[in-house]
Amino acid sequence: MTFGQVLLVAVLVVPAVGAVAVAATPRDRAARIIGTIAAALTLLAAVPLVFGGRGWFAWSAGTPAVRPWHQVDLPWVPGLDLRFHLGVDGISWPLVVLTALLTLLCCAYTVWRVPDGGSGRALVALLLVVEVGILGTFLALDLVLFFLFFEVVLLPMYAIIAGWGGADRRRAARKFALYTLFGSVLLLVGVYVVVAAAGTADVVALTGGGGLSRGTQLTAFTLLALAFAVKSPLWPLHSWLPDAHTQAPTVGSVVLAGVLLKMGTYGLIRVAVGVAPEGARWAAPVLGVLAVAAILIGSLVCLAQSDVKRLIAYSSVGHMGFVLLGVATLTATGIQAALIGNVAHGVITGLLFFLAGAVKDRTGTGALAELSGLRETAPRLAGLLAFAAIASLGLPGLAGFWGEAFAVVAALQVGGPLWITLGVLAAVGGALTAAYFLRLLRQVTHGRPSPAVGRVGAGLAGAELTAWAPLVLLALAIGLVPALVLGVAEAPVDALIGVISR
Amino acid sequence: MSAVQSVDSVALLPAYLAAGTAVLVLIIDLVVARPRATVAVAALGALATAVGAAVVGAGGERRTFCVGGDCSWVFGGRAAVVAAVVALLTLGVLGLSVPALRAGRSPVGEYAFLLACSMTGGVVLGAAGDLITLIVALETLTLPLYVLVGLRRGSLASAEAAVTFFVVSVVATTVTLLGAALLYAVTGSLHLDRLGALLAERSELRDLPLTSAAGALLLLGLAFKVAAVPFHAWAPATYDGAPLPVAAYLSTASKLGGLVALLAVVQRALPADQTGPVLALLAVLTMTVGNLVALRQRRTVRLLAWSSVAQAGYILAPLGALALAAGRTGEARSAAYAAAVAYTVFFVVLELAAFAGVTALRPVGADGGTLDDLRGAARRHPWRGAALGLALVGLAGLPPGLAGLFAKVTVVRSLLDGGAAWLALVVALNAVIGLAYYLRVTAALWAPTATSGGAAPTVPLGGVVAAVLAVATVTAVVLGFAPQLVLDLAAR
Repeated sequence: MTFGQVLLVAVLVVPAVGAVAVAATPRDRAARIIGTIAAALTLLAAVPLVFGGRGWFAWSAGTPAVRPWHQVDLPWVPGLDLRFHLGVDGISWPLVVLTALLTLLCCAYTVWRVPDGGSGRALVALLLVVEVGILGTFLALDLVLFFLFFEVVLLPMYAIIAGWGGADRRRAARKFALYTLFGSVLLLVGVYVVVAAAGTADVVALTGGGGLSRGTQLTAFTLLALAFAVKSPLWPLHSWLPDAHTQAPTVGSVVLAGVLLKMGTYGLIRVAVGVAPEGARWAAPVLGVLAVAAILIGSLVCLAQSDVKRLIAYSSVGHMGFVLLGVATLTATGIQAALIGNVAHGVITGLLFFLAGAVKDRTGTGALAELSGLRETAPRLAGLLAFAAIASLGLPGLAGFWGEAFAVVAALQVGGPLWITLGVLAAVGGALTAAYFLRLLRQVTHGRPSPAVGRVGAGLAGAELTAWAPLVLLALAIGLVPALVLGVAEAPVDALIGVISR
Repeated sequence: MSAVQSVDSVALLPAYLAAGTAVLVLIIDLVVARPRATVAVAALGALATAVGAAVVGAGGERRTFCVGGDCSWVFGGRAAVVAAVVALLTLGVLGLSVPALRAGRSPVGEYAFLLACSMTGGVVLGAAGDLITLIVALETLTLPLYVLVGLRRGSLASAEAAVTFFVVSVVATTVTLLGAALLYAVTGSLHLDRLGALLAERSELRDLPLTSAAGALLLLGLAFKVAAVPFHAWAPATYDGAPLPVAAYLSTASKLGGLVALLAVVQRALPADQTGPVLALLAVLTMTVGNLVALRQRRTVRLLAWSSVAQAGYILAPLGALALAAGRTGEARSAAYAAAVAYTVFFVVLELAAFAGVTALRPVGADGGTLDDLRGAARRHPWRGAALGLALVGLAGLPPGLAGLFAKVTVVRSLLDGGAAWLALVVALNAVIGLAYYLRVTAALWAPTATSGGAAPTVPLGGVVAAVLAVATVTAVVLGFAPQLVLDLAAR
């Protein structure tokens, strides 16, 4: 095994072993620290995946479109066409690192504060299991394995919401589980529609639609796109999201919004578009219209929200709309926009949920009507909230800008009345995004301190700063140097576009 | 040609072992009269049967009781798998019964004897080569269960359950026999393979209305045994009234028996273009109705019973692919049969683990109780709760219950290979409904206990029950990581 392969396996094995170790450690605090160490080691293993194995040549016809930097390919269940095939490339690596980072921050945050409901030990163990599932989804280069990891996430996340969530957690958790399972069973059928027709589940071989008939591709794309649309979520299949995000504990919301949703968009790019490009071309206008509808409806709903967490949750619907619009254009610009939008949304919304959780913990309420004047009593918290909100509304120079701007640009580049209209409407949606975030800031930070806010002290805990600082820095860094993400993604995206536009 | 038929006793060895166990149990109970010895003999006998079946099965197919080319006893790969699984399930159920037997709820000798008899039926069933052997074996499997269901002393529910089960089952058997008789009237043959060949070759026979009617009667009678909708109404009442271990046996070994009989008839005797649509319809109805009704159940065993009705639907689903021409090519057919067997094996392991979990979490001799009785059980008994939770999640078909996930994957795959995408979608959507109630039970296990009435008592755990639960759980976990083992066995 090469060093890269060892790292690749370690990225999955370390958190899995960590989860077991956490569950086996009887002392609660010690267990949480062990979990955090496991998460840190995972991040350490994930980052160096970027080195080595990269050929710096452009894509040319005849070579496979997916050329992983490192890969591991072992047989597992030949009877079901399932191979343990992992690999990492420029499309998956940023998401892998983001997942490892957010999990680490959530574990560290849990060392400091355990939400009500259960032991912190169990929460950390579940976070690590969720991490295994998400990382596995990003790394899998076998369709069946992809489906398997996609499913792994479901129950631990259900348990996190149902065990440590807010007042209405059971209903929200059940809704999350049933909706997401609905998505993943469609994924299962879609995957085997492809496998039955192609005789292989290897993503490398399948990307580009390798010999699948038009009918198969349309069926497969419909099923797969529906599956990923539930996860992403795409309007009108989004209704699980606001409940789940609002009820989940802070760390749960961060993981949900930060990386779990990305499984949907990543799957759409890698699996649905990659494997059934003809289906993608056929469905692109529908996808684009729905994405723009999500942007507009998400923004309008946000303008009417009265709860901080719910507002941020709905803002995800809008942001993921931009990502999906980027994918729907099926151009290199659009997919690059989707990838950077994915990462930026993960960083910024993760930060926003951390901050909303901090506000809610301190004031005991998330209702906008009861919050005002935060900058008077807690200027640092208010400042960070303002930073995150502005990053999220897409101010140039911060991470949120690139994804939204280039999704619009890509739509305009495609041309034609439909796409130009979509681009314009998406831009309007971007303006609405600014409107509701500014409304949020005006209500929460400005004005006279409300009674709930009056009690809040000015200080921030060291653990909080530790958890938030990396996200703040990343939001800045990606905003200033988008090449951090786009540099590694350029070659694989060009290769993908090369095969799907054949 | 000698008048005396030569008998291949090696092929019959598993049946000898199973029947011998039953007889030996009866004698030991009479002579030694120590409950411990009786149970030990029954357990050893079951183990010996399983080993015997595996050893004989490993040596390739053996046939005996042949008339010309048609044999009444065909002990091949699948027969060995069925025999071994039935014997192991019997062993597990016997283990689960130990605390109740020790507490004197049921007479030990009779209990063990009846269980061994039923096992004999299951062992013979897989090897049956003609309709008479098949039906007699199925009855041998079922008959002792009428008594076992009603064997709980002083329980009215138990007696009611036994009567329901008895009446329904006898009617079902009559219907099956009528079907067999009509088939004989049409073709003059009872051997499964001969029937299949005759109906395939002579289309004038196949197209007779009487043939279709006979085939339908045969199928419907067997559908009773697997509790397929609309012939399922006996199952929830019977399961709930029966002692827990017997309910476990009913939903595993007995269901396996029904499936094997159905499979034998569908695969070898009846024309696929006629059975396919019936089976597809049965499968859709069974899983949908089973799942929807299970949503409303409040009693644990009733919920498990309805869920096992739904699971029978998933088992039948791959056979539904025979309804389409694409599903009737040789390759697609054998894939469909293998998928049904594989699903059944995954299912019985998980179902046994689930029943073992419930048994372990309930007081000795108690019935399944309501879901509220299990509330917070996993907080008081983490290991037992985790094992039950794993089994339930597996039945729902989700990780970490990988065995159940692979079971569903196998079914969906075989359906798509057979071109029955619509049926695959029905299966998939049913899995979502299924999750709703499995999740409710699982969540109840970890729910905070209601504070009224003081802390719930902890339940002591017998060593044997713990062992059964552990073995079933470990088996489920191992199969989850190495599902190819089951797929290979099922394809034999």
